[in-house]
Amino acid sequence: MGTQLVCKNAALGYEGRIVAQKIDFTVSSGDYLCIMGENGSGKSTLIKAILGLKPQMSGEIKWCGDIAGREIGYLPQQTLVQRDFPASVREIVISGCLSKCSWRPFYTRKEKDLAEKNMKRLGIEGLSKRCYRDLSGGQQQRVLLARALCAAEKMLLLDEPVTGLDPKAQAEMYELIAGLNAEGVTIIMVSHDITAAVKYSSHILHIGRKKQLFFGKTEDYVNSPVGRSFLATEGGDDDE
Amino acid sequence: MNEFITKLSDYLSHSFIQYAFIVSVLIAVCSSVLGVPLVLKRFSFIGDGLSHVAFGALSIATTFSFMLRGIAYSANGREIKSETAAKLIELIADSNNMIIILPVTVIAAVLLLRTNQNAKIKGDAAVAMISVSALAIGYLLMNKFPSSSALSSDVCNTLFGSILTLQENDVMLCLILSVVVMAVFVFFYNRIFAVTFDETFSKATGIKTDHLNMLIAIITALVIVIAMKLIGSLLVSALIIFPALSSMRVYRSFRSVVICSMILSVFCSVAGIIASIFWSTPAGSTIVAVYLAAFLVFTFISFIMGRKKK
Ligand SMILES: Nc1ncnc2c1ncn2[C@@H]1O[C@H](COP(=O)(O)OP(=O)(O)OP(=O)(O)O)[C@@H](O)[C@H]1O
Ligand SMILES: [Mg+2]
Repeated sequence: MGTQLVCKNAALGYEGRIVAQKIDFTVSSGDYLCIMGENGSGKSTLIKAILGLKPQMSGEIKWCGDIAGREIGYLPQQTLVQRDFPASVREIVISGCLSKCSWRPFYTRKEKDLAEKNMKRLGIEGLSKRCYRDLSGGQQQRVLLARALCAAEKMLLLDEPVTGLDPKAQAEMYELIAGLNAEGVTIIMVSHDITAAVKYSSHILHIGRKKQLFFGKTEDYVNSPVGRSFLATEGGDDDE
Repeated sequence: MNEFITKLSDYLSHSFIQYAFIVSVLIAVCSSVLGVPLVLKRFSFIGDGLSHVAFGALSIATTFSFMLRGIAYSANGREIKSETAAKLIELIADSNNMIIILPVTVIAAVLLLRTNQNAKIKGDAAVAMISVSALAIGYLLMNKFPSSSALSSDVCNTLFGSILTLQENDVMLCLILSVVVMAVFVFFYNRIFAVTFDETFSKATGIKTDHLNMLIAIITALVIVIAMKLIGSLLVSALIIFPALSSMRVYRSFRSVVICSMILSVFCSVAGIIASIFWSTPAGSTIVAVYLAAFLVFTFISFIMGRKKK
C-alpha cells in the first residue's frame, strides 16, 4: 500500500482567481478515490492540476512511490472531437500507448496486444474498425476509457465517466471501473453520483465552495456531518 | 490514343517537362499527407498565410540579390583586392534566393502558430494582417527593383507558378526538402495523430504537444516553399486542403485518409500537368481545377454511399 500521490495545501485557480484552496489528500496504490462537489467547485481543475495540465497556484502536488513519470491514464470530462474526424476505434485506443514509446516511431507487437486486450476488457473489440464519430455516447466513452487504460495500468483519472450514459450503461461502467480497481488499478474519479460513490469508493474527497469539506475513508464520510447532510438531500429517497 | 502517346513522349523528352513531373509528384505527396492534420487541426489558414509570406520573402530575396549584384559590380570596378569578395557576393545573389525565403517562411510559421495559440480571437486577424502585408510589400518591392524587364509576367509567375522556370537545382532542392518532410511525417505519424485527435489527452500522457505543433508548422513552411515555384503562392493551399477534404468524404480512419489523400494528390497533379501540356493552359491553375473536380467526385460518392446506408 505505497503512497502514490500527495496533495498538500494546494490552491487552484485561473489567472489569479482562486477556485479552490487548502486541498489536502493522499492517494495510495489500490485506492478508489471519489471527488465530489457541486458544479464549478473545481473538480476538473484539480484533475488537471494532478496531470500537470494546469499547474496549481500554490501548495504541492507530488507523485511518489512506484508511479514513475506519467504512468497515468486520463478520461477527460469532455472530448471535443470535431464532426467527421476520421479515426477508427483501434487507432484511438492504441494512441494511448504512445507514452510507452519514448522515441520509437512505431508500435510494437506488445503495444498492439495491449490495445487488443483493453478493447476486449471493455467489450469493444467488435467495433475496432468502426469510425469513432459513428458510435453512441456510451461506446465512445468506452473507447476513451480503453485508451486511458493503454496509457497506464497503475492509475486512472476519470472525470465524470458516466455523464450522458443511460442508467444501464452507467451501472455497467461503474462495475467495469470497480473491476479494474479490484485488479489493482488506482482510481481517482470525479462524480456527482453519491449513491455510486458510497457503494464503490474507498475514499472520498468533497470540495465545497472555495474550500475542502471532507477527505477520508468512505465509511467515515457516511457518518460525518457533511456526508450525512449530502446523503440526506441527494440520495434521501432510497432510505435503508 | 496513339497520337496522344507520341505527343506525350515527345514532350517527355524535354528536361523541363521531366522536372515538372518529378517536382509535382514530390510536392503532391508531401502536401497531401501534411494536409490531413492541418485540416483537422484547423491549421489550414496557416498554410494560406504562409504562402503569402513566402511570396513577400521571395521578392525581398530578389531585391536583395539585385542590390548585392550592384555592390559586387561597383566593387569590381574600383578595387581588384576585393575580387574574391565580389565573386562571393555574386554567388550568394545567384543562390536561388532560398537562403532568405526558407528561414523567413519558417519564422513566420512559428509566429503564426504562436499568435493563434495565445489569443483565440485575434489569431485569424493576425494571419490576415501578415499575409496581406507580405503580399503588398512583395509587390511593391518587385515594382521598385524589377529583376527583369517583364515585371507583370514575373509577378504572375510567382503568384500562379510556372513549370517552365524549373531548373535542375530546383529539382534537387525539392527532392531534399521532400525527403525531410516525409521522414518527419513518418517518424512522428503516431504522435501527429494523437495530438490532432485529442491534444489535452496527449499532453496529459506526457507528449510534448507544443513542440509537435511547432514541428508541423515548420514542415508546412517547407512544403509551401517547395510548392510555390510549381503552383504559385496563391494556389499553394489548394494542394494542402483539397486532397484531405476529398478523402475525408469517403474514408473513415486516419490512416486510410492519409493514404487516399496521397494517391489522389499524385494522380491529380500528374493529370493536371498532362492536361496543361495538351491544352497549353497554366499548370498551376489546371492542377487546382483537377483537384476541385476530384473533390466534387468524392462528394458525389459520399452522397451515394450515404443514400445506400439508409
Ligand atoms: N479555462 C478556464 N479559464 C478560466 N476559468 C475557468 C476555466 N475552466 C474553469 N474555470 C472556472 O473554474 C471553476 C471550476 O471549474 P471546474 O471545471 O473545475 O468545475 P467542476 O467542479 O469540474 O464543475 P462540473 O461539476 O460542472 O464539472 C469554475 O468557476 C469555472 O468557471
Ligand atoms: Mg468538471
